[in-house]
Amino acid sequence: MDDVQELYRQVILDHNRNPRNFGEIGDATRVVSAVNPLCGDKLTLYVKLDHGTVRDISFKGSGCAISVASSSLMTERVKGATVPDALRLFDQVHDLLTGEHEHEHAADLDKLAALGGVRDYPSRVKCASLAWHALKAAVTEKDDTVTTE
Amino acid sequence: MSSAPHRCPAGLRSDFAVLRTEFPALHQLVHGKPLAYLDNAASSQAPNAVHDAVAVQARLNHSNVHRGVHVLSERSTAAFEGARAKVRRFINAAATEEVIFTRGTTESINLVAASLGRQRLRAGDEVLITWMEHHSNIVPWQLICEQTGARLRVAPIHDDGSLDVAAFEALLGERTKIVAVTHVSNALGTVNPVASLVAAAHRAGAVVLVDGAQAVPHLRVDVQALDCDFYAFSGHKMFGPTGIGVLYGKRALLAAMPPYQGGGDMILTVSFERSTYNALPYKFEAGTPNITGAVGLGAAVDYLESIDFDAAAAHEHALLEYATQRLVSDVPGARVIGTAEPKTGVLSFVIDGVHPHDLGTIVDHEGVAIRTGHHCAMPIMERYGIPATARASFAFYNNRADVDRLIVGLKRAVEIFRG
Repeated sequence: MDDVQELYRQVILDHNRNPRNFGEIGDATRVVSAVNPLCGDKLTLYVKLDHGTVRDISFKGSGCAISVASSSLMTERVKGATVPDALRLFDQVHDLLTGEHEHEHAADLDKLAALGGVRDYPSRVKCASLAWHALKAAVTEKDDTVTTE
Repeated sequence: MSSAPHRCPAGLRSDFAVLRTEFPALHQLVHGKPLAYLDNAASSQAPNAVHDAVAVQARLNHSNVHRGVHVLSERSTAAFEGARAKVRRFINAAATEEVIFTRGTTESINLVAASLGRQRLRAGDEVLITWMEHHSNIVPWQLICEQTGARLRVAPIHDDGSLDVAAFEALLGERTKIVAVTHVSNALGTVNPVASLVAAAHRAGAVVLVDGAQAVPHLRVDVQALDCDFYAFSGHKMFGPTGIGVLYGKRALLAAMPPYQGGGDMILTVSFERSTYNALPYKFEAGTPNITGAVGLGAAVDYLESIDFDAAAAHEHALLEYATQRLVSDVPGARVIGTAEPKTGVLSFVIDGVHPHDLGTIVDHEGVAIRTGHHCAMPIMERYGIPATARASFAFYNNRADVDRLIVGLKRAVEIFRG
C-alpha cells in the first residue's frame, strides 16, 4: 500500500510525541550510546540489569519519529523481561523490520507490529533498528557503542 | 559558443523550460507523482548531451589513454585531453597543466592535504578552515595535522550563516601555512567573499585551497581572478557524471609538490633504485583515469557554456525567494537556517515538531526529492543547536511547480504529525 500513513501509524506518532521511559535512570548498570551516522540520530540507553532481568530501562537522545517511537516502544516492552526474552524479542523485531518470517511472530509483537511499516522504506529500517541494537549491546554486556553502519 | 571568461550573452540560452526537457531523469513519476528534484546540492541531474557523450565514449571509443598507438586509444586520448582543455577554459586556468582530474572534490582536497601538507606543515604550524566546511574540507586537514603536529584553527560564522570575516582575518598569522575555505556552503548556501579571503591569507603568507563543489554549478568561477592557489570541484554537482572531479592548482606549487599516489602514467622512468615523475598534470594522475567520466564532464562544461549563467543565477534566486516566502507563510512552524546574503539556491530549514528525516520521507511520497540530515557538515548543525535540517536546493531546470509540490508535501507532513 503506497500510503505514507502505513509508516506513520497512530502508535508511532503517539510514542514520538510522548516517549515513554524518556530520561536517565540513576542506577543503571549498563549505558550504551548508539548513533545512526546517515541521519545523525543519537540515543543513549540506560539499563539496570538485576539477576538476568531488565529491572529498569530508559533512553535519551534525538532522532526522527521512527527512531524515537521505536526506542519508546522497546523500553516499554522489555522492562521486566529476562535477558533471553529480550534477545528473542530482538530477533522477532529484526525479522519484522526486514520482512523475514513476519507471520510467525505477528501475534506476539502486539504494539511493536506498528514498526513493521518501515519494511517498505529501506532507508528507514536503520531508524527503527537503532534502539534494538543498543538493547542487544546492553543486555549482552559487550559493546558500549553501537552504530547502524 | 564563446570562450570564457568574458562572453557576450548573445546566443546563450536562457529558456529554462526548454532546457528542463533535456534532462531525462526529471520526467518520471515517483510514487505516482511527477518528480520534483530538489536535491541538486547533493547531486544534479545530467542533460542528454552528457549521457550521449558518455555513451559514445563507452560504446565506441573505449580504450586506454596516453599509451596506445591505435585509433581507439588516440580517440580516447583526444577526448580526455579535450575535456581537460574545456575545464581549463571554463575556470580560466592559465594552463591545462594546472587541471588535474580526480575522483571528485574529496579526492582533490585529500591530494593537497597529503602532498602539500606533508611538504609544508611542521609542528606548531596552523591550518585555518571555517565553521561552515563540509566534512571533506575538515577531515583531510585533521589527518595531516595529526601526522605533522600542526594545529587546525576554525573561523566562526555569524548567526545568519555568513563568515565572521574579522575573526577569520584575526586568526591569520605567521603560523598559518594553509587556508582551506569553501566558496559556497553546501548546508546553508552562503557565498563567501573568496577573493578577499584569498588576498588576506596571501598577505599572511598562507597557501589557499577553495572548495568549489557548490559554486561551480551556480557562479562564474575565474581561478585567476580569485587568485586562489587550489580550487576543487566535482563533476556530478555540475550536471556531469559521478566519480570525476578536478583539482586546479597553480603550476609552480604543483610542480614543487611530491606525488600523491604512485603508479602508471605518473612516471617517466622506473627502476628499483629510483623513479622519476612525469610532467604536470600527469604526476598527480596515477593509474588509468576515469576516461568516460572526464568526457562526460567535458560535455557538461560545453552545456553550461551554452547557458546564460547570469540568467540561470537569477532564475535560481527567484525560486529561492519564492520557496522561502511560501515556506515561511504557508508551513506552520517552519524556520529557515542560513539567511546570509548572498546565497545560492539552497533552502535549509526545520519545522517544529517534525524531524527532518520524517519530512524527507513524507515529501518523497509527494514525488519531491530533498536532502535531510546533517549534510556532511555536523559542526554547522551543532552551531545552530539542531541535529539536522531539511534542504531543498535548486538548479536552473527547476520551476515554481517544483516548489509548490514541496510546499504540498511539507503541509502534509505537518498535518500527519499534528493530527
